[in-house]
Amino acid sequence: MKYVIIGNGPAAVSCIDGIRSIDKDGEITVISKENHPAYFRPLISYYLEGKSKAENISCRPSDFYEKNGCEVVNGEVTAIDKDSQTVTLKSGEEIAYDKLCICTGSSPFVPPMQGLDTVDKKFTFLTIDDSYAIESAITKDSRVLIIGAGLIGLKCAEGLRDRVGEVTVCDLAPRVLSSILDDECAAIVQKHLENCGIAFSLGNTADHFDGNTAHMKDGSVIDFDVLVLALGVRPNIGFFKDAGGDCGRAIIVDNSMQTSIENIYAAGDCVEQYDISFGGKRIMALLPNANIGGRTAGVNMAGGKIEFDNAVPMNSIGFWGLHMMTAGTYANDGGAEMIEEKGENSVKRFFIKDNKLIGFIIIGDVKSAGIYTNLVRNQTDLTEFDFTSLIKNPNLLPFSEKNRRKTLGGVV
Amino acid sequence: MKRVYVHEEWCLGCHLCEYNCAFANSGIADMVKALKNKKITPRIHVEEGGKIHYAVSCRHCEDPLCIKGCISGALTKDDEGVVTIDHNKCVGCLSCMLLCPYGCITTDENETVLKCELCMKNSCGAPACVQGCPNRAIVYEEVQE
Repeated sequence: MKYVIIGNGPAAVSCIDGIRSIDKDGEITVISKENHPAYFRPLISYYLEGKSKAENISCRPSDFYEKNGCEVVNGEVTAIDKDSQTVTLKSGEEIAYDKLCICTGSSPFVPPMQGLDTVDKKFTFLTIDDSYAIESAITKDSRVLIIGAGLIGLKCAEGLRDRVGEVTVCDLAPRVLSSILDDECAAIVQKHLENCGIAFSLGNTADHFDGNTAHMKDGSVIDFDVLVLALGVRPNIGFFKDAGGDCGRAIIVDNSMQTSIENIYAAGDCVEQYDISFGGKRIMALLPNANIGGRTAGVNMAGGKIEFDNAVPMNSIGFWGLHMMTAGTYANDGGAEMIEEKGENSVKRFFIKDNKLIGFIIIGDVKSAGIYTNLVRNQTDLTEFDFTSLIKNPNLLPFSEKNRRKTLGGVV
Repeated sequence: MKRVYVHEEWCLGCHLCEYNCAFANSGIADMVKALKNKKITPRIHVEEGGKIHYAVSCRHCEDPLCIKGCISGALTKDDEGVVTIDHNKCVGCLSCMLLCPYGCITTDENETVLKCELCMKNSCGAPACVQGCPNRAIVYEEVQE
């Protein structure tokens, strides 16, 4: 059996684990665009901040590929031929596969912006090489302008604050983290970030650039030394689409991580799969899902039969001590009932539909939140116990003694 | 593998396990110096309500969700099956806390993650919570599954 994996991130190495849990001998080729062993992408901001060392960001020990008998090819795939079962690289090289897994992740999205070509020091922020490049462009006096107040832009701001003179973040949306937070929660986070020294210009973005000056939509100007473009990402799926594979906004997979094309699987940030909290397919570009999805794909490629049938979005993020966690579906647009618990600089919101917890959002008091996540992932029937007793202080008390004897007492 | 198991019918709710855990992981030889007037951050905690008490600590799951969610590679499973944390790698994102179904991951004042490592990395060498449990409600044993 000849396995080919396109991409070399967490989903790819989890796929290798999955394959090797069943097939110890099959040939595995990994096609990697970046010239690094698989690394934990979220660490690129912690690297800038000095919390992670470059030698510590790899997903696996340095002998991982060798131990697992993987050949790593540096290159970029431009086409798949599903009939001859080959992939073609930019270099023209062709590689044949029996089973293929696409773990290509996503790329920064940069819309056309007038005058962007006149900006000398401009960067996107998605790879460790971006971190190295930004690092070499900044001085302790640099004025950094970050366009985009999403997760990537704000983590970049956190990573840079202590290494530069000033950091300003702008976003066309009127609030920070607009894709995951509502107005009220976003206001708490923004206030905290402002107290930590980040300046914001929201509901506003660069209209055009003239060298190191951004002319903003509202007519104001922002002078900067370094520009970071963090406007979002797009999944890397072009060659799969061209091969006739089914895509929505990303590659559509079933619970076994199989795509619409025979012998082709996909996992990680480039897929759209069924979200049980939402009841439909969507992109859930988050590390736990990449790991679980990658492994699921690998096992199935090697002839096993497992499903990843409880995917939900799950996110934990913190900025200078303020933590926030979200899971499932928590925008209150699907007729869910909301239960809210507020403290000083702390908000918990739970969304309940058909007697199930379908999602939550927590700012501040995140202690033991996994107990809530578990209810979302398992679609636990809330009529069987007193959920309200968990709202302030998540614990295992409301669950039956039998349940606890099993989970804590080792009784099976 | 041997794990820490809790028999809630024997748990007195005395919280001694929390103090023994904090002491064992303090690196300080004297219990008074280790704990007196300090806010303790044990890796085991007692939950209680009415007549029910029981302690909760890491289950060292077969397929740990905390590791699947760890963004830094700090959480790994060692050859014995113990889920361990490398504090040099942990960046305190708390993804593990978001994922642990038992609510048994905590943090210290430095915001890196603390979890039960079965006292394998401290001088105790065997779970201090078990050794100090006055009613043998917490045991360290192999259970056939």
